[in-house]
Amino acid sequence: MTEVTLTVNGKAVKRDVPDTMLLVEFLREELRLTGTHVGCDTSQCGACVVHLDGKAVKSCTTLAAQASGGTVTTIEGLANGSLHPMQKAFNDNHGLQCGFCTPGMIMSGVDMVARYKAAGKELTEHAIREELEGNICRCTGYHNIVKSIQQAAGEM
Amino acid sequence: MYPTKYHRPASLAEALQLLADNEDAKLLAGGQTLLPTMKQHLAAPEAVIDLSASGLSGISNGGTMVTIGAMTTHAEVATSADIAAVVPVLNGVAAGIGDPAVRHRGTIGGSISNNDPSADYPAALVGLDAKIVTNARELAADDFFDGMFATALEEGEIVTQVRVVAPKRAAYVKFPNPASRYAMVGVMVAETANGVRVAITGAGEDGVFRHEGLEEALSANFSPESVDGVAVGADGLLTDMHATAEYRAHLIKVMAKRAVAAC
Repeated sequence: MTEVTLTVNGKAVKRDVPDTMLLVEFLREELRLTGTHVGCDTSQCGACVVHLDGKAVKSCTTLAAQASGGTVTTIEGLANGSLHPMQKAFNDNHGLQCGFCTPGMIMSGVDMVARYKAAGKELTEHAIREELEGNICRCTGYHNIVKSIQQAAGEM
Repeated sequence: MYPTKYHRPASLAEALQLLADNEDAKLLAGGQTLLPTMKQHLAAPEAVIDLSASGLSGISNGGTMVTIGAMTTHAEVATSADIAAVVPVLNGVAAGIGDPAVRHRGTIGGSISNNDPSADYPAALVGLDAKIVTNARELAADDFFDGMFATALEEGEIVTQVRVVAPKRAAYVKFPNPASRYAMVGVMVAETANGVRVAITGAGEDGVFRHEGLEEALSANFSPESVDGVAVGADGLLTDMHATAEYRAHLIKVMAKRAVAAC
């Protein structure tokens, strides 16, 4: 067992968990934050993307112990009274069908917009499609997801 | 995942001690290969030693040389202004590894120590004649990579830095597998102070290798056309469900030509 101390969505948490526990298991099973999904469990699909110390990571390919001492934001931590611009954009553009990949898509979307803004680069439609390499959606064909991220990029 | 004991040493010295004390331990860098491997039960180390707090990350610019800490992530290499100033080809190599979330975790030291035969860094570092620094010694990239998933690292040895001297010109072009995005063939062409070097990943049965024929032809005439006259045989190349050795041999010439054109 190992002691994991984290700030998750602004709240300090501490748990004794097995050394092998993945960050996504910690979030879902210890904290009951089930917005973060497990799709492939092999770091291909991106349904499990959360922000660790401000960066998008695959929480199925990170040990909870590795994250210890850090700050995590999950899909549950994005809205601040009202929906985050990325959430609103997915709603406005119907950027989903079944919704399973949506938490990861939104967390990756927020991450890419923040990175491009910080670098002073324009997040073009082409760039969004390239940036979504690690997020798989089996319903939409990505079109409305890309439109959603484009809209949010203008509002964030 | 089989049970394991997680350690996060606070210094390189502590990491080396833990490695010496735990015979069946594995070093954990970014974990983007090791953790999936452990999840599939293909690896079951009794202990994992997380190097993230051992002071091994960071990039420093020595004017004509960059030093990259082993725990520096692909995202950091991809966006580093210091690397852009000295060896900009490496920005692009790192930007093409995995996907954005993987690049936030995966590290240069982890990637080269794993020496996946389809990974980008082995070809990049061999092509650029980079030096691999460990706690014990400094090795030329030529001597470091030692066959598929094998390196010259001894038991208990840890990669600490990678050093790359600015080439005169260099480019890396890969043909990614359409599904996995790993290189089916990736070619680094670099003109260095010690001549033209051509290093190839994804194709060799023994991992990364240099191609003498291409190096000679490009030394004589550094142009895409000079690749045409070089015979690239299929001997020693991989055949798998994705491509035959002959197809990979063909891709080597096409990628080499594109790399020379991009230099």
